[in-house]
Amino acid sequence: MTERDATKREAWITGIGIVSSLGEGLEAHWDALQNKSMNVDTTSFAPYVVHPIAKLNYDLQIPKKGDQRQMETWQRIGTYAAGLALDSAGVKGNQDILARMDMVVAASGGDRDLAVDSTIMNADARGNSPPGYFNERLMSDLRPTLFLAQLSNLLAGNVAIVHGVTGSSRTFMGAENAGADAAKIALARIEAGQSEIALIGSAHNCERKDLLMLFEFGDYNLKSGYLPVWARGEHGGFALGSAGVFLVVESKEHAQARGAKPHARLSKVVTDRAHRKRKSITPTLDALWTQIGASSGAHTAILTGASGANSVTTEERAFLEKHRGMAIRATGTAFGHTVEAQFPLGIALAALSISHRKLFPANDPTGLEVEMATSPEQIVVVGAGHWSGEGMALVEAVN
Amino acid sequence: MTATRDRFGRPIVVVTGMGIVTSLGAGKTDNWSKLVAGQSGIRTITRFSTEGLKTTMAGTVDFIPVEPFSSVTLTERLADAATEEAIAQANIGSKGNFPGPLFLAVAPVEVEWHARQALARASAAAGNTDINYDNILQQSGGGRYADYHHRFMMGSVADYLADIFGTKGSPISLSTACASGATAIQLGVEAIRRGETDAALCVGADGSVSAECLIRFSLLSALSTQNDPPQAAARPFSKNRDGFVMAEGAGALVLESMETAMARGASILGIIAGCGELADSFHRTRSSPDGKPIIGCVRNALADASLAPEQIDYINAHGTGTPENDKMEYLGISAVFGDFANKVPVSSNKSMVGHTISAAGAVEAIFSLLTLEHQRIPPTINYEVPDPAIPFDVVPNKARDAKVTAVMSNSFGFGGQNATLILTREPV
Repeated sequence: MTERDATKREAWITGIGIVSSLGEGLEAHWDALQNKSMNVDTTSFAPYVVHPIAKLNYDLQIPKKGDQRQMETWQRIGTYAAGLALDSAGVKGNQDILARMDMVVAASGGDRDLAVDSTIMNADARGNSPPGYFNERLMSDLRPTLFLAQLSNLLAGNVAIVHGVTGSSRTFMGAENAGADAAKIALARIEAGQSEIALIGSAHNCERKDLLMLFEFGDYNLKSGYLPVWARGEHGGFALGSAGVFLVVESKEHAQARGAKPHARLSKVVTDRAHRKRKSITPTLDALWTQIGASSGAHTAILTGASGANSVTTEERAFLEKHRGMAIRATGTAFGHTVEAQFPLGIALAALSISHRKLFPANDPTGLEVEMATSPEQIVVVGAGHWSGEGMALVEAVN
Repeated sequence: MTATRDRFGRPIVVVTGMGIVTSLGAGKTDNWSKLVAGQSGIRTITRFSTEGLKTTMAGTVDFIPVEPFSSVTLTERLADAATEEAIAQANIGSKGNFPGPLFLAVAPVEVEWHARQALARASAAAGNTDINYDNILQQSGGGRYADYHHRFMMGSVADYLADIFGTKGSPISLSTACASGATAIQLGVEAIRRGETDAALCVGADGSVSAECLIRFSLLSALSTQNDPPQAAARPFSKNRDGFVMAEGAGALVLESMETAMARGASILGIIAGCGELADSFHRTRSSPDGKPIIGCVRNALADASLAPEQIDYINAHGTGTPENDKMEYLGISAVFGDFANKVPVSSNKSMVGHTISAAGAVEAIFSLLTLEHQRIPPTINYEVPDPAIPFDVVPNKARDAKVTAVMSNSFGFGGQNATLILTREPV
């Protein structure tokens, strides 16, 4: 155990909600990880590879069809996962607690209407787009409420509407590190007494051609068929994944007062932004590792959100090689790259592993991931954005 | 010796630098003189064709040309200009080395039309006759459009600012819709109060007036359609108000702990005495009819500042000019302020600069601080037909000299977002 800063309050993870390509809920995910299950779609978006969301009965967490209709898929995934997290923490429907629960959500935006886009692009490309055509198409063809289903802060808005979480609502944007910064800010507020209980999370829908295009501009998509993250080599890339991940994190005092049991402690979150144009991210990760202060003993493991994107994952691997022998897992192998949700997913799987007193098996033909014989006491969650931002979290057993 | 901690024992957070750009102009001097003169920055849109649109005016910032137009690029230039002014005034750190984190309020970023059209042309040139996402996807890779990836990352403006101004750590891009600018300030205040940093750069920027964005708000029936004359479109608190007017701008504030600001001899422009927030679970675009979330938000801010309603001398309203917002803002304020709600001056800067959306909270915090500095309250212009249901003293049409020691600035947004700041001249 690392020594705790006595001026900071302790924060416990008391609720976890996960939905992904592997299913929904903690048991389903734990089983899938034990069995090294995979849900990869190599045909629908070929040559791109995606990990599509498992079939969900949205009615279970979003009872009103009207609410479901007001959301795009990413919001439904997230609102569903948020409901699971509140259930898991035992606070679902508890108005007293939900009314002062602080929400920090990491979000991108929602799906565009591809048909409307395509109509306009066609007219444009054919030189068949008279003045006013663009306006006319958008005015007549866009669903008026689509905007609300696209706005980043409306995932939090929907969680407030459907589940009644209203203490506060903040949405961070900025790809992978938004997930790490969401956890960092929520934790800092709890540690300092600015907040008692928080809902942190994110959602991502990968089955989107507009999103594939954004990443294709930078040649980040995996196109050469599915391989585990570490086996993708120099022609690698990421396979986007769908997931919704939410965590209930609260002060130890608050949890104890209501008799809630922790899955694990969220001990520390640190983030930074390497100047990637000038240098590798390896020294930044080395510095974050020092700040996070984990032991290098046999009871420590690393869960990384390494995406498989070439140079970044190569540079991260150089950092990880310095900790060889420690059990390492890349969550991207089983879940794909869930962007904003990847860091919260790492924290969720770390807490789940700690509560099971066991790390899930390695899934890596290159041998970087090794089996862990001991029960994990500390898990360091690592995130390096495919383009920008780095972060780490320390998740520990509560003894 | 001046106390540098508040009644809760927290470091007092002061403002030592401010920068602003709106449709009225660039910089504090120009903006303030036009604002108190009651000038409008709203004009007929020339940036794109408005044929077939119900709304044809906005508070665009046309004096910073971006060609081809890109909302993200304009947002970046607006943020850059405001930040440059703020840091110069604060005279903090050294060039390219700001000693604290960045909290940036921005609109969500997505691939824009000029990029999509470039891809469509490339796809047509490759022989495709039916342009769709499958064949533009085929054109997207190989590095030709790598700049589009970087430009359309959600964090791209924050990354740019972090590089240019040398802010520390991971820059945070955030959205709480129309409350974003206030949330950026709140995040900075909280970080300083926690003792994590002595300084923070809090910026709100928005360059969103594109045809598609205008249409999106128009389809939600949120915008004014009183196009002629454009200067008279924004009518907060008037009976004939019919929606908000989209606008562009940026506000940047350098926040510091009072202790470090005094130690380095910085000029203190004002104090962020309190922040409040509360989310609404009623509806995606409408406030709870009982006003409870707004009431709670305003009360939270007052409690955080250790002030009673009667100690507020001026309310810088959210005042969008939508029928719904202004009614709910009156309901919320009157519930908290009682009879005093009809006496305290309440004006809306949006009557002149329009609604700068993600930037509004930061822009209006700066106008609030300038109100404290100049002891002069900017007016609500276009106030010709009072709404009897909203008996605020809206400082109609003409600025007013007044003794102002504490200002409340409200920001409410889609998605149930509510944030309120309390700004003072001296520590509370």
